[in-house]
Amino acid sequence: MVALTKKQKKHLKRILVALGLFLVVFALPFEAWLPEPYALYAEFAAFLVPYLIAGHDVLRKAGHGVVNGQVFDENFLMSVATIGAFALVFFPESDPHMAEGAAVMIFYQVGEWFQGYAVGKSRQSIADMMDIAPEYANLLVEGELEEVDPDEVAVGDTIVVKPGERIPLDGIIVAGSSQLDTAALTGESAPRAAEVGDQVISGCVNLSGALTVQVTKAYEDSTVARILELVENASERKARTESFITRFARYYTPIVTGCALALAVLPPLAAGLPWSDWVQRGLIFLVVSCPCALVISVPLSFFGGIGGASRKGILVKGGNYLEALAKADTVVFDKTGTLTTGSFAVTAVLPQSGVNPAEILAWAAHAESLSTHPVAQSVVRAFTDGVEEAASAVAAGPAERTFAVGKRIRSELVGDVQEISGQGVIAQVSDVFGIQPADAGADVLDGMQTSEACGDTFHEIMVGNGKLLAAHNVVYDEVESTGTVLYAAKDGVYLGAVVISDAVKPDAQAAIAALHEVGVRRTVMLSGDRPQVAEAVAAELGVDECQGGLLPQDKVQRVEDLLGELQGTKGTLCFVGDGINDAPVLTRADVGIAMGALGSDAAIEAADVVLMDDKPSSIALAVRIARRTMAIVWQNIVIALGVKLAILALAAVGFATMWLAVFGDVGVCVIAVLNAMRAMRIRS
Amino acid sequence: MRKTYKLEDLCCANCAAKIQDGIAKIDGVQKASVNFLTQKFTLVAEDDKFEAALQESLRIFKKIEPDCTVIL
Repeated sequence: MVALTKKQKKHLKRILVALGLFLVVFALPFEAWLPEPYALYAEFAAFLVPYLIAGHDVLRKAGHGVVNGQVFDENFLMSVATIGAFALVFFPESDPHMAEGAAVMIFYQVGEWFQGYAVGKSRQSIADMMDIAPEYANLLVEGELEEVDPDEVAVGDTIVVKPGERIPLDGIIVAGSSQLDTAALTGESAPRAAEVGDQVISGCVNLSGALTVQVTKAYEDSTVARILELVENASERKARTESFITRFARYYTPIVTGCALALAVLPPLAAGLPWSDWVQRGLIFLVVSCPCALVISVPLSFFGGIGGASRKGILVKGGNYLEALAKADTVVFDKTGTLTTGSFAVTAVLPQSGVNPAEILAWAAHAESLSTHPVAQSVVRAFTDGVEEAASAVAAGPAERTFAVGKRIRSELVGDVQEISGQGVIAQVSDVFGIQPADAGADVLDGMQTSEACGDTFHEIMVGNGKLLAAHNVVYDEVESTGTVLYAAKDGVYLGAVVISDAVKPDAQAAIAALHEVGVRRTVMLSGDRPQVAEAVAAELGVDECQGGLLPQDKVQRVEDLLGELQGTKGTLCFVGDGINDAPVLTRADVGIAMGALGSDAAIEAADVVLMDDKPSSIALAVRIARRTMAIVWQNIVIALGVKLAILALAAVGFATMWLAVFGDVGVCVIAVLNAMRAMRIRS
Repeated sequence: MRKTYKLEDLCCANCAAKIQDGIAKIDGVQKASVNFLTQKFTLVAEDDKFEAALQESLRIFKKIEPDCTVIL
């Protein structure tokens, strides 16, 4: 229950007083007290009192509208209709309609009140749902905590987040550990552990321990501010249905008003039919001519759907995308980071005979050290952290020992790096064996054949797929593996291969099945990875089609082809990627979905729909939410228009009363608003 | 320049649309949005014409929805 605003309370009081007076006047036996026609005039005057109490503001606004040239607004229509009902008293052959005029005004106000209340409440509940904005930050100034506005905290400042508080700004934990509730951002109910060195994201709630956080982003760039901005702006990107309704409203009112005039005037003039009857029919038309039920409930449904989705960690950037998502026919996935975890790990190093596996890793890690590609980073990790035991078993003999030792990348050894999209890197690296192991394991270098004096002699290190080596005429041995194989060569001589594998996400298979279940006809996986790898993953997951070995531009081409196939149908194409390398495809697709975007600005920027968590199963949920929202939108359109048209038809043939007409206006509006509220509630 | 203002008692979605259309036509206004759901008014206008556009917008608000107040 939302507390009533002052204005609502006042409005309600006025309605109740008017209603009470109306009932009193209605009960008074004027005929018994006064002879006709005085009884009628007395009654007329008496009914004016509750009428004016209830409707004086409507009349005033109507006058204001007419003066300012805003003729077709609700107030004007209601005024004309009710004044018309009173004016019928001047047609002696008709029944007196003063009671009806006053009652209609009161009824209209009751409806308006409910409408205001329902809209206010829905707006409030959506606002509450989006209530993730932090109210203050505990800024640490010279050992003292000071409560300040998150806006005032600068990058680099230190803040303290106490248990139970919302993290106000993005940052890194410098002291303390805790559990974080990310539900408001991701819809994920299980708390996440956080400790020193972890990134924390604004909007999460700190559950258990106090955290000292160094701020890395100003409030306006923080995750929470960006999410709020995105959701608020979402109502500006209107769905086609929504724009249609707005345009429709522009024509509907004048047309109905015109019909009302024609209905009131033409039959009496042309056929000599009774004025009172036809004027009343015209008045009923006027009351029904307000399009508010549509104009309010359609955007509200979209807003509710977008708000509800954001609670599940699905940010939809506009009603138009929700609409497109509801018609999803083909869903195209990127593989890495989308259907697979994207956390690659080196699972094997296969050296040429006479080459130490550690040497291969050392060269490759330095060559790849500047690349942000997950595969490259996994090579660097393998070099610095060692390769996991199961993997090191693959490499024989002396390698095991060396693999266990942590080393660090020395960036000063890396010269020019040339990244060849879709193939790999060619880097100038000077002698990596100048590197000392981090924990003084000098024996690591035992048995390595290269130990030239370190220094300025750069070697050309080539790390990449077969295409890269073939393009530079390096002879290499093809390795058969379902993992990603990187071939490494030094100065044009093949050293060996590094095998990297990527695990499928736990819910990926269920996610594909769920998509088919909600009616997605076709799922496609596009990958830059080798076709065998892509096919193995696709088969495991149940993806309909798959294509591997694609360069980024091939992906765009392939998506364009698929879009071409959909041309002429109502279906849309969604592309799901991790937002890192697929911005062009995200833009090209009808709906670009970026996942795992918590904290990634680039992905939030490029995509139309942003999944805050990295679960592919959220896609099917997003489609379901979109479908449901669209269903509610159409229900509202059909209910509102259906009732209005039915009342218009009844009124034209003389079967509708003014009461029914008021129901057709505000009653329908309240129903539509209540229905729109359902869009917000999402069953998971 | 872009500024967002809160609105109070904007109670008719149709009027919001009319106000928005009206403001969008003011000289110097690049974009106007009168959001019924969030009760917010966003005005994007050329810097030197912003103040004049804002005053003109307020006039339009008064004309179409006299009960609505723009909180400056």
